[in-house]
This record gives sequence, C-alpha cells and structure tokens, in this order.
Amino acid sequence: MQITMTVNGVSHTRDVEARLLLIHFLRDELRLTGSHWGCDTSNCGACVVWLDETPVKSCTVLAAMADGRRVRTVEDLARGGRLDPVQQGFAECHGLQCGFCTPGMMMTARWLLDHHPDPSVAEIREALSGQLCRCTGYENIVRSVRWASEHEAAQPAGGDGGTGRQAGER
Amino acid sequence: MRQNVLRPGLLVDINDLPLNRVEDLPEGGLRIGALARMSDVAQAAGVVQRFPVISQALLLGASAQLRNMASMGGNLCQRVRCSYFRDATSPCNKRDPGSGCAALDGFNRGHAILGTSDKCIATHPSDVAVALVAMDAVVHTRGPADDRAIPIEEFFLLPGDTPEREHPLEHGELIVAIEVPATPTARLSIYLKFRDRESYEFALVSVAAAVRIQDGAIADVRLALGGVGTKPWRARRAEASLVGKLAGEASFAEAAGQELAAAKPRPLNAFKVELAQRAIIRALMTLTNGDTR
Repeated sequence: MQITMTVNGVSHTRDVEARLLLIHFLRDELRLTGSHWGCDTSNCGACVVWLDETPVKSCTVLAAMADGRRVRTVEDLARGGRLDPVQQGFAECHGLQCGFCTPGMMMTARWLLDHHPDPSVAEIREALSGQLCRCTGYENIVRSVRWASEHEAAQPAGGDGGTGRQAGER
Repeated sequence: MRQNVLRPGLLVDINDLPLNRVEDLPEGGLRIGALARMSDVAQAAGVVQRFPVISQALLLGASAQLRNMASMGGNLCQRVRCSYFRDATSPCNKRDPGSGCAALDGFNRGHAILGTSDKCIATHPSDVAVALVAMDAVVHTRGPADDRAIPIEEFFLLPGDTPEREHPLEHGELIVAIEVPATPTARLSIYLKFRDRESYEFALVSVAAAVRIQDGAIADVRLALGGVGTKPWRARRAEASLVGKLAGEASFAEAAGQELAAAKPRPLNAFKVELAQRAIIRALMTLTNGDTR
C-alpha cells in the first residue's frame, strides 16, 4: 500500500507492506537509523519518536497508521550543525553509556522540556519511566535533562546552545 | 504476536473510525469514544473535574508513551495475562485450552486471589477498568446484527472452566463507546495503586473508591479493586457493609475484612489479602479526611 508521511519536515511516499512497523519504515526504508529497535514489545522505549506532537513507541505503530501524519526522530534534534540542549546535556553529564536507549530518552526529554521547561527530578523520572536503560545509568540521564532545562532557561528560544557549559551542573 | 502467543489470521486496523471523542453528557455523565487515547481522556476537563478516580487511574497506568497510543476500547479488551501466558513454552489454559496452568504452583506472587478458578489465576491488568467498574460504566457495542449496552461488570467474565473467553463480545462485534452515568458520589473519589515501583508497573493492589457522606453517615459508597482479581473487582460486600454506617476506621476495616473473606490466596500472593484490606481502609480514610498514615 502507498503511504505518505512527513518525517523531520521532509515528505516521503513509499509502497509498504501493511504489516510494516513505523520503526522499520524509519530505519530500513528511510535509513534513519538513529531510532533504535529494542525489545519489539513496547517495553523499552528505545524506538520512541514523535507522532505529530506526542512521543510514542514506534514499534507499537504500523507505518500505515502514520500515513498523512508528521513524525519527528532523533535526527531532527540537532539543527544547523548545532546540538539540541538535550543532546548537550547528555554529553556534559555523561548521560549515555552504551547509547542504545539514548534516542528514545532524548525524544521523550525534548517533549518534556517543551511542555514543562523546569521539571523537578521527580517529574523527569516520571516522564522517562517508559524508557529503560539497561546500563542503569538513570542518575546521569536525569542530571542531563536537568542540565538541558537549566541551560535553556539561561539561553531562551533559539539562543546559542554551545556556551555556558557549567550551567546547572550539580 | 511477536512472541508467538497469538497467531490471528486477519487483523483489521480500526483507527480511522470516528470514535475518539470524549463528551460531557447533558445530565453530568461521560461518553468516551472507544478510540479515545488514554492520555486525552486523563486530561479531559469533564473527567478531571467530575470523575477524578478515572483520571487518576489512567495516569497511574502504563507509561506516558503508551498512554499516548493506547485506546480506551483497547484497554478494556487487553488480555488477562500472566508471565506463563506470554511464555509460549509453558502450559496455559488461556493460550492453549486444556494444557494446564503453570501459575497454580509456579511463581504466582502477582496473581489473583479473587475470582480465580483451578484453570486460571491471572490478574486483570487494567487500572482504568477498575475505576470504570466502580462508576457503573456501560460498554456500548455494535455488531453485525444489533447494538448492545453491556454493564461493565458483565463485560468481564470470570475464568471458570473457559479462561480463554474474557468478555462477551461476539464475532464482528466492536466497542464504540463507554458511558459513565452521572453520580454526585464521583466527585469525592480516588484511585490508589500499590506496586513494586513508583511508575510503569502493574498493581499489586489498587483501589478505586468514592464516597458520599450525609449527616455523618455513609449514604453511598463505591469500591473496586485491581491487582487482586481475575476481573476488575467490584467490592460489593464491602459496599453493602458500609452503607448507613458512620465513616471511620472501624467500619472501613470491618467492610474490608468482609470483602477479602472470599479470597483464595496461593503461597506467594497471600500478602495481598492484608494489603488489599489496608488499601481499602487507606482510600476511604483519605476520602473522608481521616488519618491516612
């Protein structure tokens, strides 16, 4: 069947099998391999992308269900060669070890900060609770999101995300 | 399907059907479309204001990323399941009728203590269904022949000798909406969930409770339990014990004890008998501004 969806601002039309999952469409058809295919049973959250405006596990979505909709993946976080503050936070605070869960963590974190710019540690933990890190590096992941939050507060809307490295480190 | 537990011959995607609205009914009830997302229902003003127990139960279920996709009708239709059902190499009367139940003498810490049979002791996993059962919701369906309105308690079947059959839907019959009737009792309502982790975990015990006090006595009370039953468990014995009594720890404990007297625990889940009673007491104490400890 033919489907069309806008991924990271670019429209794509493809013929796909009805049973194809969105995660495989993104990775195998569009070669956007930033989103990871983890547990395959909607537990781990490594495959989280945005469908329209909300984070979903893309292994629970058939590609056909995204027909006519917008998808945002981790590849869309960095813009103009500049990392998103969430990505910077992960770099600054050692928010990844093996990196497998990272794309899903970041897409959920980005959504959280867009809706709750100054989340408490408890709110970050609740928001990320559908994302599993098998390295169990949660402490640093939460710290990374806090870093991004504090950094964004210091550098509002569209500001240069590349400076002020020490902000929020604690 | 991906774990070889189910192999349906045909799947139909119903997501394009116009069934995703959450409507406030004129007399104060709700009509929730079968395809309304859990996250949208949890935030709907009419739900938050008039049925806090439903909103709370939704927000304590699954995780945000799943609630953004999961539909209300799908929630009611999710399989009653345990780890042996999902492990396609274990005997399971639900997955393979007549093959036996590995949970009866297996690792059954999370299993049911109410409504069990010698064929199945799996726990109904839903949170919001517990709240809907407490609120006397009605499941509206459309089938090839006619429309039906099924009281939600009858929508969930006990396992008995046929644990593979979990609801009375016929072939080709589809949930179109869930209606929740207006009741003044719902305004003072709560959903408490006790589990091994703070988030993203099934209930060991949960309680949906609502109460209306008149002249110091209990005029109306709704109690339903999750995590302990093979279906969302309406605690009718406890309710009957409470109506007309003075609100207080003594009457709450008496009622909780009466409800759990019917429990049939296994060795590993016997702790749920007391935990459920304490959960009922805490929910009612919280609602009536008693000591919540």
